[in-house]
Parts: sequence; C-alpha cells; structure tokens
Amino acid sequence: MSETEINRRVGTGPAAGDGNAGANAIEVRDLHKRFGRQQVLDGVTLDFPAGKITTIVGPSGSGKTVLLKHLNLLMRPDSGTIAIDRIEVTRLGAGGLDAVREKFGMLFQAGALFDSMSIFDNVAFPLVEKTRLSTREIEERVHETLKAVGLEGMEAKFPSQMSGGMQKRAALARALVRRPKILMLDEPTTGLDPSRTGAIHELIRRTQENFHLTAVMVSHDVPAVFQVSDRVAFLHNGRTHLNGTVAEVMAADDDVFKRFLAGKASGEENETALAG
Amino acid sequence: MIERLGALVIDGVVRLGAFVIFLLNSAFYVFVPPFKPRLWVRQIRIIGADSLFLIILIGGFTGMVLGLQGYNTLRRFGSDGALGTVVALVLVRELGPVLAALMIAARAGSAMAAELGSMQSTEQIDALTVMAINPVQYLVSPRMLAGVISFPLLTSVFDVVGIYGGYMVGVGLMGAPSGAYFNGIAANMSGHDIMTGLYKALVFGVVVMWVCCYKGYHAERMATGVSRATTEAVVLSSVLILAFDYFLTSILL
Repeated sequence: MSETEINRRVGTGPAAGDGNAGANAIEVRDLHKRFGRQQVLDGVTLDFPAGKITTIVGPSGSGKTVLLKHLNLLMRPDSGTIAIDRIEVTRLGAGGLDAVREKFGMLFQAGALFDSMSIFDNVAFPLVEKTRLSTREIEERVHETLKAVGLEGMEAKFPSQMSGGMQKRAALARALVRRPKILMLDEPTTGLDPSRTGAIHELIRRTQENFHLTAVMVSHDVPAVFQVSDRVAFLHNGRTHLNGTVAEVMAADDDVFKRFLAGKASGEENETALAG
Repeated sequence: MIERLGALVIDGVVRLGAFVIFLLNSAFYVFVPPFKPRLWVRQIRIIGADSLFLIILIGGFTGMVLGLQGYNTLRRFGSDGALGTVVALVLVRELGPVLAALMIAARAGSAMAAELGSMQSTEQIDALTVMAINPVQYLVSPRMLAGVISFPLLTSVFDVVGIYGGYMVGVGLMGAPSGAYFNGIAANMSGHDIMTGLYKALVFGVVVMWVCCYKGYHAERMATGVSRATTEAVVLSSVLILAFDYFLTSILL
C-alpha cells in the first residue's frame, strides 16, 4: 500500500477533508513547521471529531508534541490552517487567540501546577483570574471538580506534598474547572507506574463522558491507551500516516505501524528518533 | 569562518532585540488592564520589605566604614569637620544607589530569575498562556512596578542608616566634631544630590528587574537551565548597574 493510500482515511467515520465540518471540533489542514533545518511537521492533515477521544501516537520525533502545541495555540505553523470550533486560528491576533483558548483546558505532561499555591488555589486559579464568579461559587465549583477527579479533601495540600498520580489528577481538575469544550492532554501517564496508568486512563474516559468533552491526547503508552481512545492518529516523519478508529487502525496492514507497535525501529525511524 | 561570524552577529542582534522588546512589553502591560494590585503588593513585599533588614545591615556597615576611612583621611588635612558632608554625599550620590541595587539584585533578583526559570522549565508559563492569561502581564509587569517603587525607597533607607553609621564611628568612636557632622550635611547637600541618587535607584530598579525577569523567563528547559539563568541574571545585572552608574553620573553631575 503506498503512503498516499495509507494517508487516506482508514474505514468509515469522519475523516480528513471529507467536508463533514459540523462533526469536527478541530480541523488541521496541511500543517508545516520547521525548526532550523529540521522539518518537524510536513503536511499534517487531521480531524478531531467532537465528543470523541482522539489519541496521537508515533515514534519519538514524529511531531506529536509539536502538533499538540499548535492545537493549544502555543506555536504558529509555517503554513497550513487549524480550525477550532470552526474558527480559523492560525492568523488570529493575541486577543483572538485568547478568546479561542477559553474553549479548552490543557493537562501538561508534568502537570504544570503552580508550586507556591495549594491544590485549591491551583484549581480555583482560572476561575479567579478569568471569571466573575463569587468566592462561594468558586469554592463550590472547585470542590465539585476535585471530587470528580477523586481528590476530595486534598484542597489544602501543596503539589510537592502529593504523588505524581495525584498531581496529574489535580492538574486535570484545573483543566476542567471552567468546563471547557475541548480537553488536551500531553502524555498524561508518563512517569506513572502501571496501576496508576490504568486509573488515569479510566479517569480520562469517565471525565470525557461526564463533561461531554472532545479530548485530544498525545501518548507514548501504546497499546494501553487504545483502550480509552475512540480514534487514533499515527504520525510518522511529520505526517499523518494512519488515522481512524482504534479497530480500523489496528486492523490496517501497515508495516510501519506494526513495527512501531512491536517497538522495533526501522532505519528511517531511528534517524527520526535521533533527529527529534 | 565569515559565515559563522555573520551568523553570530545576526544571532546577537536578534537576542538584543528580543531583550529590548521584553522590556517594552513588560512596561506596557503595567498600564493595561486587568490591574492586579494584590500582585503588585506581593512583589513589593518580596523585593522591598523582605530586603529591608539586609539593606539596613549593609547600609550600616558601609556608613561605618566611610566614617572610619573618611575621618582618617580628612584628619590629615585638618578637615575632619567635613566628615558628615563627605559621608552623606558619597552615600547619597553614589554608594547608596549602587550598593543597594547590587544587594537587591543578589537577593531578590536571583530569586526572581530562579522562580521564573523554574516555572518555564515545568511549563507553568505555558499553562498561563493556555489559560488565556498573558504571562508577561501576570508575572513580569508586577515585578517591574515593584522594582521601580522599592529601589528608591530602599536606597533612601540605605542612605539614612549609612549616615548614622558614619556618625556612630566618625563622631562616637573617632572623635570628629559632633555638631559639624549634621550641620555640614545640611549646608552642603542639595536637592539635586538627593534626586541624583533617587534617579539612579529608579534606573537600577528597572535594569535589575528587566535582566532578572528576562533571564528567568527565557531559561532553557533543562537541568542546568535555571542555575545558568540565575547566575547570568546576577552577573549581568551587576555589570549593567555599574555601567549605567557611570553614564548616569556623567549626565547628572
């Protein structure tokens, strides 16, 4: 199967370029990004259906985190477009970008909790800074959100007093407290032991269902992460190599993806990994 | 080799531009809503109030040394009555603003660079951006404002404590004429002398906050990134304090 055929959608369902814009929370078209001489994103085209969990996987250096940084508007592409909730964002100014950022929450790889604040203050922070809720309303929302992630009673603790798994939960609570439409997660289980990995995956699924979110996740935790994903996008050499439901992608007869799953790197993948 | 040299020059110019734009942005956002007075107060407490004991200590010892050295030197010329004038003028015009700025840079500036560097390396600054909060406005502008407010105030404290330190040693210990000490200050110190010191303190406040915040904000995301940023912040601040001191003195003298 040629790369062109592989880059087409696999199986049924909303896919890149089929014009079914209403079903997609995020649409990425022909994204390019270069750092110096390294072409990190080389024409990524991808859709993220609303109300689904889409996981981006790929070998190290394939451009996963760079793609996620474009989706959460921390980077601008060299060319290509990104539409979030049908708003084209790549040419927006600072004010426009901030308006779009109100729609999503982000869970960073290490949590990115503010060290000098308690868990309560961390989770309350977006409400205090960006809303006009009263103190009581903020307290109620924070308690409710912490309960949803299983951290009830931990309000007074500081991040340094908590385990890695608990910090991730707190960071997830902060990402959810403003009830975003889109949740982005950067390697949510990295650094956690297998038992906590399963708990975090379960929490992500439960949260996505309870809050009716669109979730975009970057993960190295393959194939465990497929159990919590609705769709998978496999990036290779800065392009969308495979894209579809978990079943479709797993059934695809693709050597590159199989080698990735098996943990064996081809010569091309080794170069990519070293370059990345 | 020429290509490499050219690339170095271009890189240097780009970095200098980013450095200046950072200052302009930081200053700009002081005047742009939303205003967060609690952030300003917090930074004034950290930079100003928490540095007070150190300033009093250093100011006291500086004045005492000036009293000692000043008395020993002036007595050779029979001018020990001018001790108060000499101590006050040297402190107010020069040593007060410079030493106070160096101490605050070492204490508060290094802490600021380390804090911002740590936030950068743990993606906390990115987290602010993603929450639609301008990180420069939230983190840097309050520090700039706090520096502009705190540095002149701390310098004034340094000067007053130093003058009394000089009195304690020069008059109390060495025997310089008591009445001449403060009368000399009143007769020979002008408003221009005081304002010179305060203008310098103001400029040093901007420089220290600018350099320390810039270095911390742009720290590399690796193990040595924060330590390198902190070291460079203090060193560069110190060098710029002395450089600006010369230029300001040449203008204000």
